[in-house]
Amino acid sequence: MAPIPCRPTGNDRGGSRSKPHPSWGWGGMAAAMAVLAAPLSPTSTGAAVEPQQRDEVRVVIGDSIGAQSSIAVPDCLPLTSDPTTLEASRTIARVLWDDLDFEREFRMIPRDVYRTIPVAASLIDIPFDRWRELGADGVVSCTVAARGGRQLEIAARLYSVQSGESAFGKLYTGSTRDIRLYAHQLSDDIHRDQRGLEGVARTRLAFVSDRDSESVFGLVENRPVKEIYIADYDGANPRRVTVSGSLNTNPAWSPDGRSIGYTSWLTGFPDVVVSYLFEGRMATPVEGDSRRQNFLPAFSPDGRRLAFNSNRNNNNDIYVANVDGTGLLRLTNHPAIDTSPTWSPNSQQIAFTSDRTGTPQIYVVGADGTGLRRLTYETYCDRPTWSPPPFNEIAYSSRTGPGHDIKVLDLATNEERQLTFGLGSNESPSYAPNGRHIAFMSTRNESKQIYVIGRDGRGLRRITSAGNNEMPSWSR
Amino acid sequence: MHDRRHASWMAGAALLVPVIFFQAACSENPPPVIPEPVVVAPTPIDDPPEIVPSARPPAPAPPPPPAAPILTPDEEIAAQSLAEINRALLLEPVFFGLDGAELDERGRRVVEANADVLARFPTWNVTIEGHCDERGTPEYNLGLGELRALAAQRYLLELGLDPARVRTVSYGKEFPFDPGNDESAWAANRRAHFVITEK
Repeated sequence: MAPIPCRPTGNDRGGSRSKPHPSWGWGGMAAAMAVLAAPLSPTSTGAAVEPQQRDEVRVVIGDSIGAQSSIAVPDCLPLTSDPTTLEASRTIARVLWDDLDFEREFRMIPRDVYRTIPVAASLIDIPFDRWRELGADGVVSCTVAARGGRQLEIAARLYSVQSGESAFGKLYTGSTRDIRLYAHQLSDDIHRDQRGLEGVARTRLAFVSDRDSESVFGLVENRPVKEIYIADYDGANPRRVTVSGSLNTNPAWSPDGRSIGYTSWLTGFPDVVVSYLFEGRMATPVEGDSRRQNFLPAFSPDGRRLAFNSNRNNNNDIYVANVDGTGLLRLTNHPAIDTSPTWSPNSQQIAFTSDRTGTPQIYVVGADGTGLRRLTYETYCDRPTWSPPPFNEIAYSSRTGPGHDIKVLDLATNEERQLTFGLGSNESPSYAPNGRHIAFMSTRNESKQIYVIGRDGRGLRRITSAGNNEMPSWSR
Repeated sequence: MHDRRHASWMAGAALLVPVIFFQAACSENPPPVIPEPVVVAPTPIDDPPEIVPSARPPAPAPPPPPAAPILTPDEEIAAQSLAEINRALLLEPVFFGLDGAELDERGRRVVEANADVLARFPTWNVTIEGHCDERGTPEYNLGLGELRALAAQRYLLELGLDPARVRTVSYGKEFPFDPGNDESAWAANRRAHFVITEK
């Protein structure tokens, strides 16, 4: 009996845990990095849950073409009676249900439907008849136990209700600091194992917020401080990244998830700042000042270069530089406004906004400055965002009335589709790393808030609620 | 959000009232000081009822014996702090049309008036901020705000201002003057705002 292969998670998203050392010049901001001490990622121990069947028999829940299989996620079974374990047994199940529901690979049976079904007596003692009655194809069974003072051990399995076989099983141990992360990791593991899908449950959103209701200190009154924040992809665990008491906008994750570039007005003039989250270090690689202002950074998907906007030659154009600021290349040279750069997945092309015909429209150009081509012919388009593979499309914000809506242009067919329809203004789209969802800002409920929506326009979710939140960037 | 904004406007208004008389006239919805761009010349400074130096030590009592040094109106202004000078809006904002960055006739008059003020106070340096209304996208608006600031700067330089005395910065739509969502708020927000940064 070989164990079910327990895939190494390969997840070092949390990065190194070295203590941030505020050594950089902007004291307040560097110190703020300490806030970011990342939660401990639950690590799968490599010890797999005892399987029920031979390794070569691969069980996949609902792999028949066309039928979406239904899954139930009842509360986990607490094996110890301490409050942390009891809370974790409920939280993990609830968050896992949301995570699995998000990708819409399974039809999730609402949890209140099976409140009366008793929690399994053990990891393997499942009341399959009751789940069959409910029409479930799969049921998640999990146990939670406290180990030592601050450790949890979570064992989880996905059973086929039809056959009673275990389709997936894994054991997780880790700290009690972020219980939701166990559910996120489990969801990503189930999606990978059962659907070959890279889920996004452990990704994060960076965004701009005025939620702390501070005012900029300066010669003009009543100006709200806007800082960069990050949160889990579902909005939980929001944390502040910058403490500048100033205006900060346009956050953009580096592809390795270890730094965020953004536009900062801390010096009184906009410059591109890169905050290295786990190192407590910041950089201004393209060296702005009052005569050389820089905005709107975008990391190339290979992580090597930054595209950004600059007025350094007395005109707003797109520039590209290596992440350390060397190798500066002027990509556009036109008296009109050229702005909002975004990279193609292979880092070979850049799409951007230009008003060279009188209104802002989307263009694409090679990363060497050659091959300029116009993409949109609408009233007003901005903030193009190139999808990750396997999709080949660009999401953008388009003026459709008094406000804007999110649209997607399929680059293969040149067809556009609209995802939002005139509720408030909808701006600043950003793709999930697997391309299946788009985060954006909407004013549909008065204030500015971040929402996510499927690339097919279904499954709208509101992510933020405190203060105003805008300009999301989805980590890779 | 709106509550908070209003609360801070209130606080701002409370500060403004002792400084600017006409404030008192119009404060149903605590108003940002939106000076209508005046087509006429700059507020004559030798007739200063609008600017009451409040925070300064009481001027030497009623001046029957003209012994104590009497400040000229310009000297009185120059003696104020940068915050006071900016609050009084000696330099008026220039307003723009929707999606536009061209100075119209009215805008040119305002810049000319501001140039006169800067000529009277030759040590003052100014930063011109470009701002937009909320209807554009935040990204494109950074560029549009910059064009507005540059348009005002260009005319100031044509009028002979030393280029070393002026800077420009765009804030896009991030700092609306009027947090409202109607035509009048939008019109007030499409502006080049002049801030004295050094004196």
